[in-house]
Amino acid sequence: MAVAFFYLFSAVLIASAFAVIVSRNPVHSVLYLILAFVNGAGLFLLAGAEFLAMILVVVYVGAVAVLFLFVVMMLDVDFAELRQGFSKHLPVGAAVGAVVLGELGLVALGWQSAPGAKEAAAAPIVAGVSNTAALGQVLYTKYFLFFQASALVLLTAMIGAIVLTLHHRPGVKRQKIEEQNARTRDNVIEIKKVPSRAGV
Amino acid sequence: MIDGWLLNLLLIIVKSVVLTVVLLVYLAYAIYIDRKVWAAVQLRRGPNVVGPWGLLQSFADMLKFVLKEPVIPDTANKGVFLLAPFVTAMLAVAAWAVIPVNDGWAVADLNVGILYIFAISSLGVYGIIMGGWASNSKYPFLSALRSAAQMVSYEVSIGFVIITVLLCAGSLNLTEIVRAQDSQYGILGWYWLRLLPMFIIFFISALAETNRPPFDLVEAESELVAGFMIEYSATPYMLFMLGEYVAILTMCALLTILFFGGWLPPVNIAPFTLIPGVIWFVLKVTFFFFFFAMVKAFVPRYRYDQLMRLGWKVFLPISLVMVIVVAGILQFAGSAGAN
Amino acid sequence: MSFSTALAHHFLPETILALGVLALILIGAWRGTRAFGLVNELAAGLLGLAILALFFGQTSEASLFEGAFVDDAFARFVKVLTLVGSLVTVLMSRDYLQRAKLGNFEFPVLVVLSTIGMLLLVSADNLIALYLGIELMSLALYVAAAFDRDDARASEAGLKYFVLGALSSGMLLYGASLLYGFSGTISFDGIAKAITGAPPLGVIFGLVFVLAGLAFKMSAAPFHMWTPDVYEGAPTPVTAFFASAPKMAAVAITTRIVFTAFPGIVGQWQQIVIFLAIASMLLGSFAAIGQTSIKRLMAYSSIGHMGFALVGLAAGNEAGVRGVAIYLAIYLVMTLGAFAAILQMRVEGRPVEKISDLSGLSRNNGTAAFFLAMLMFSLAGVPPLAGFFAKYYVLLAAVDAGLYPLAIIGVLASAISAFYYLRVVKVIYFDEPAPAFDQSPLSLRAVLAVSTVFLLGFWLYPAPVVEAATAAAKSLF
Repeated sequence: MAVAFFYLFSAVLIASAFAVIVSRNPVHSVLYLILAFVNGAGLFLLAGAEFLAMILVVVYVGAVAVLFLFVVMMLDVDFAELRQGFSKHLPVGAAVGAVVLGELGLVALGWQSAPGAKEAAAAPIVAGVSNTAALGQVLYTKYFLFFQASALVLLTAMIGAIVLTLHHRPGVKRQKIEEQNARTRDNVIEIKKVPSRAGV
Repeated sequence: MIDGWLLNLLLIIVKSVVLTVVLLVYLAYAIYIDRKVWAAVQLRRGPNVVGPWGLLQSFADMLKFVLKEPVIPDTANKGVFLLAPFVTAMLAVAAWAVIPVNDGWAVADLNVGILYIFAISSLGVYGIIMGGWASNSKYPFLSALRSAAQMVSYEVSIGFVIITVLLCAGSLNLTEIVRAQDSQYGILGWYWLRLLPMFIIFFISALAETNRPPFDLVEAESELVAGFMIEYSATPYMLFMLGEYVAILTMCALLTILFFGGWLPPVNIAPFTLIPGVIWFVLKVTFFFFFFAMVKAFVPRYRYDQLMRLGWKVFLPISLVMVIVVAGILQFAGSAGAN
Repeated sequence: MSFSTALAHHFLPETILALGVLALILIGAWRGTRAFGLVNELAAGLLGLAILALFFGQTSEASLFEGAFVDDAFARFVKVLTLVGSLVTVLMSRDYLQRAKLGNFEFPVLVVLSTIGMLLLVSADNLIALYLGIELMSLALYVAAAFDRDDARASEAGLKYFVLGALSSGMLLYGASLLYGFSGTISFDGIAKAITGAPPLGVIFGLVFVLAGLAFKMSAAPFHMWTPDVYEGAPTPVTAFFASAPKMAAVAITTRIVFTAFPGIVGQWQQIVIFLAIASMLLGSFAAIGQTSIKRLMAYSSIGHMGFALVGLAAGNEAGVRGVAIYLAIYLVMTLGAFAAILQMRVEGRPVEKISDLSGLSRNNGTAAFFLAMLMFSLAGVPPLAGFFAKYYVLLAAVDAGLYPLAIIGVLASAISAFYYLRVVKVIYFDEPAPAFDQSPLSLRAVLAVSTVFLLGFWLYPAPVVEAATAAAKSLF
């Protein structure tokens, strides 16, 4: 049954990845991309990496792709214009792509690993420890440096995004909750005695 | 061999069908409760015509929706327009696959059950975005953008709340999380007391995540008519409503499992322990659903900037600090890593 | 030695910078727009502290974090250079950024973050550490390039750098995955052990992709396309940063990876490095001739210099690595000095960057003109200035290794490049005076003076640099 699911997920993954490129509508492309992600998560599940599968869905599909979809919907990109040079550059691009593909095919067909590579790459699964717990045990000990370095990379990305986009515009009125809460009847309301027929 | 897995598959299908049917019937009455509570708060009678005390109202509504003609706007992106409600409904029901309604009563007792629910609920936003965009109309689109930002924002604090529960329970499996709350103290041993601030944050975030009042800016009828659902009618509209209510029930079930001891009886003595766990589970879900209904009835709607402020500037810092505090306490109390 | 003491001894500079930068962010966030000056000074202090930690720290070798991080003489030598590059950048940038209304506290923060990436990169001893170091370094650089976000050229520079940088990271990752697939390990040592005898095609492809990715980062031809545009478009202090610190880290990690991961297939990577070296030297010499902007000139100059540094690497022996180390040190001083001079080019408060703006500088400001002329002579490699010795050591190593054609091309390229450096000197001394430059801040004049003195005095007392470089080279073998 697992084999059947593998082929199902793989086939849908490849088909949707292809659809990402050929869709005329960018929003459809993103939706296909999401489908591809979900199928990728399915493949992870089959490989026994359930934590990675769920994180892939939570992070990429649930957050990244949402924002991506957001941007694609908001920007009115004229794809007809972007495609204008397409046919002109196609021969060169196709030639380069074909050469690279041929070379990579050469590598893939003649692939050989070092003796013992498979054993070296295999991660021993400790009995009685779930996939997620096993990841947690190495992530914060053995791979502590990588974890912290990745955190710094993300911090940099965050600072970068703020630097490049945050504009402090003068004259924008913001709600100041403290000020609103600090208002009392005494310093806001002034009681005037208005004489009759005299107006204020 | 073949028979083995065929039987297995059949069993899963039967389980899923039973669960879905029970869930949908329960949903019909959840909607009835919702309307009755709302009516009671406003000193109205609520549905009372179809069937005794209006008990069959939801079924009548369903028939009405199914029999009407679905109108698809001319300029809509048809594929996505029709896909959106299906996605919403499917995902909402799919989340129930891992929810244990009693000890061992889950269709799939996943090791990463809580992450699965989190993943599925984070996908829920797609139904809304797709629907809003595919309608090709201004209000739905605005509503879709609002909801996307809102749901992504509140997912963050929900995620942190879940982490604190995981730290205490030491497992991502929902059944294990409930078992971890089983103690001699009964209701006082459940996580709602130990993680009280997180319980409250989770409840409020759940309101926002499911676009319930007071955070129903997605369909704020005074500004956006009906939000992303304006162009929908008949069955697609019903699927949207169905998805929304099932998502609310999912959140109630999550509250029950994470903070309220799932199927466990509140007091560990004879009359209570004799009642089957599934009854307790349903009672607790109903209890939380009642709160959802009450909040809808008497809390005024938030403004959008207030909503964002609450999510990012209040809940996120509090839940982040609580993760550190909970982890620290567990570390120093020596009960960390007890999996 | 326990883990924490090892951490305190060998991971101190990184720790100082990482904790310090978090404090800087908090200070910046707290004080808002007024924080620039303070954060700038504190960032300089942090970088200085890290240099001190390296000077007075351990001299032993250590491998930390399960072989992800190695601390040896080579790493320490390059780290000092990197930190000096960042420190001088931070010092030089303050005045320029404040005048350009770019005085945001994020700039020093980004420089420090990028520097942490470089330090991790220099010490990287496996593929993941290599990749994370590169990403941390580059991500901060992309943002820095576009720091002047309202300027179209700077935004273009940032975008161009980002897109090509992402492409190069992708190539690097692809190569890394091939290497991992072959050897089953991410550690450089493990890869070296797995390659026995003639390498299969997969390993060679992995090697080519990894080296291509790294060549992008050090802007060696033919992966240099981004360099002139980015150097020209980015604000000048950012350009100074690009030309100094990241190059140290990129050349260092290239050196480390070829000698620790591929010691058995020297013949394979030597061809690539020789090609990169020749292409860079020739491109650096010819393409710079027609330039009118001093920043573009420096871009091509840096491409050429990277070519010379790679000549030392191509030699594939200890003397070559020593040559590379010395080259990096001297190149760093020359570049920082040159950019200190470029940052001084400011007429009536406005920065100018045409070579013709320098004309007749000798009559307006004799001292600055002399310093700049010395820098240009040194960049051209005129004896007895330090630039000559830098080229001498790498070419000597190439000759020793029997790479005569490479050495000859190097000498020719040097001769051609002398043409445009000397043209700058001619413009300074013999052309009609252009409008005089404004009085420049002390930091710039100090950097210019110190670097020129270093270049002039190197031949008198080269021992400290040469000895440190020798020790550094030794630790790789």
